[in-house]
Amino acid sequence: MSNRATNLLVPIVSVVLGLIVGAIIMLVSGYSPIEGYAALWNGIFGDLYTIGETLRQITPYLLAGLAVAFAFRSGLFNIGVEGQLIVGWFAAAYVGVAVELPKIIHLPLAILAAAVAGALWGFVPGLLKAKFRVHEVIVTIMMNYIALHVTNALIRTVSDGGDRTERIFASASLRSEFLENLTEFSRLHLGLLLALIMVAVMWFILEKTTLGFELKAVGFNQHASEYAGMNVNKNIIMAMVISGAFAGLAGAMEALGTFEYVSSKGGFTGIGFDGIAVALLGMNTPLGVVFGATLFGSLKYGALNMPNAAGIPIEIVEIVIAVIIFFVASGYIIRLLLLRAAGKKKEAK
Amino acid sequence: MSFLEILYFIVPSAIFYAAPLILVAIGGVFSERSGVVNIGLEGLMVIGAFVGILFNLLFADTFGGMTPWLALIAAMVAALLLSLLHAVASISFRADQVVSGVAINLLAIALALYLVKSIFDKGQTDFISERFARYNVPVLSEIPVIGPLFFTSVYNTSFFAIGVAFLAWFVIYKTPFGLRLRAVGEHPMAADTMGINVARMRYVAVMISGALAGIGGAIYAQTITGDFGHATINGQGFMALAAMIFGKWHPLGAMGAALFFGFAQSLSIVGSSIPYIQEIPNVFLLILPYVLTIFALAGFIGRANAPKANGKPYIKGQR
Repeated sequence: MSNRATNLLVPIVSVVLGLIVGAIIMLVSGYSPIEGYAALWNGIFGDLYTIGETLRQITPYLLAGLAVAFAFRSGLFNIGVEGQLIVGWFAAAYVGVAVELPKIIHLPLAILAAAVAGALWGFVPGLLKAKFRVHEVIVTIMMNYIALHVTNALIRTVSDGGDRTERIFASASLRSEFLENLTEFSRLHLGLLLALIMVAVMWFILEKTTLGFELKAVGFNQHASEYAGMNVNKNIIMAMVISGAFAGLAGAMEALGTFEYVSSKGGFTGIGFDGIAVALLGMNTPLGVVFGATLFGSLKYGALNMPNAAGIPIEIVEIVIAVIIFFVASGYIIRLLLLRAAGKKKEAK
Repeated sequence: MSFLEILYFIVPSAIFYAAPLILVAIGGVFSERSGVVNIGLEGLMVIGAFVGILFNLLFADTFGGMTPWLALIAAMVAALLLSLLHAVASISFRADQVVSGVAINLLAIALALYLVKSIFDKGQTDFISERFARYNVPVLSEIPVIGPLFFTSVYNTSFFAIGVAFLAWFVIYKTPFGLRLRAVGEHPMAADTMGINVARMRYVAVMISGALAGIGGAIYAQTITGDFGHATINGQGFMALAAMIFGKWHPLGAMGAALFFGFAQSLSIVGSSIPYIQEIPNVFLLILPYVLTIFALAGFIGRANAPKANGKPYIKGQR
């Protein structure tokens, strides 16, 4: 079996194994896996409304996945997507409520604010990594909590002690009547287009620009890149800034499309962490992220139907996602087993 | 309120908040000293908290006052089993240890909430009836100043946590086992050539970290929250991870850092009733531990060096 084929098979095998583990857990805890997965299916594809909402859920997953994948390609593990998303969410919502401008200026401004906020939140760990060789994983985890507490405090200030901001002005909204009419008034918004454009942007940066070439080179081998005359530190910072900007945009999707406001949070949204799953499953390529986001976004939204239709707690899907990550991470053993299976077939011939 | 009165108010509450952090941070020290990064501490703590509460609710009538302590054992076993998953992935399957840790975190909270909803049919458990009780240590609490600070309305679990920290220091620095543990984390190949079973040492270390994180989670749930829901642990595991780094991967350092973070946490909760401190916006106290950890890592507070082989799977025969 060729290397390429095994690389493609690992995610597929992982997804199948994840669904099987989910079925076993449902069976053991006294639910019917068939009913459960049927409810999940209907929750995703049931009617036009659920399809619209599923696509709406996929939108931030696309951007969060891009953020994680982009950093991975430069050899960095950005666990801070969650925090970058939260500050982006706040920044976009703040611009959305603070001023009223013509749509042609207001909407891009709000989107830009989210990207800048996320980029800034990514810049800190990037700078610390470049200047002090501090591992980005720990810094980004810490930055997540700082983002959570700081935005909560800011929301309280902005809303005079309340726990959510006003609704954003229509001039900053990503919602579109056309998409709503098309999908029986789901919250599907134009952000999906923006997210798909960003997929192309990431592909373009990585494959068609000098910056992308350098970022990938640094990801492969820092020392070799340095000997080749690349500025490793600059590339590390750039990678984190761009990754953070993608994450900030994911926040803008929630601020300007789905919710049209920002409320203070007791805990994380989870989108940022699921972004890790999306990127891993998509093998850190732009196209792979589209598949990963589609799968996990659908699972996540479809799960909402499981308690009503089959009486199964929605957390079963989170378990499935965690197990999938676990298997993708353990790709070494799956690859080994696949190769062994292929080897045996050859011997049999 | 005089200064001393403020101290009488804050210090016991700081120790109270620090106890679970100390245990989980020590767990992290064991795992990372052996070379296995354990981001999964948060998830292991979640499972500990859930199993602790569940055991307490189920067996409170049978065991009475002993229930919370027995619940710690149940939580320890459960978290140890979950940590085995991390060990298998990161040691035997050569998975990226950070990714595997993230998976453990996602899995733990999902599994715990799934079981809560299956068993209780709602988002959180009932409140437990048998909690760890506060008490005044006889004789010692009569000592002026020190008595009210450290021996009045205390939990036994706090003494237990501090005891574990000293025990961990002894084990890691004064026993052959500890030497092997550190060797495996610094230079696994050298350790291997000297006849140490690298994989076995790492398995044991990860299991110790799971056990301690489970106990820490169960203590947190049984002293501070009293029930289990989605926000029960909410970042305590990452706080413990921060304490471990801030304490420079040393058990006593981790204990000191955990005490300090407990202090910051209790300030953010009781601070509103203390003069001067009530004027500091709460958010600064909330983010203090995280900001300090970043400073510590950046080398502003002395250099913090991770064990050299931390995070790298050991592959026999590879240079």
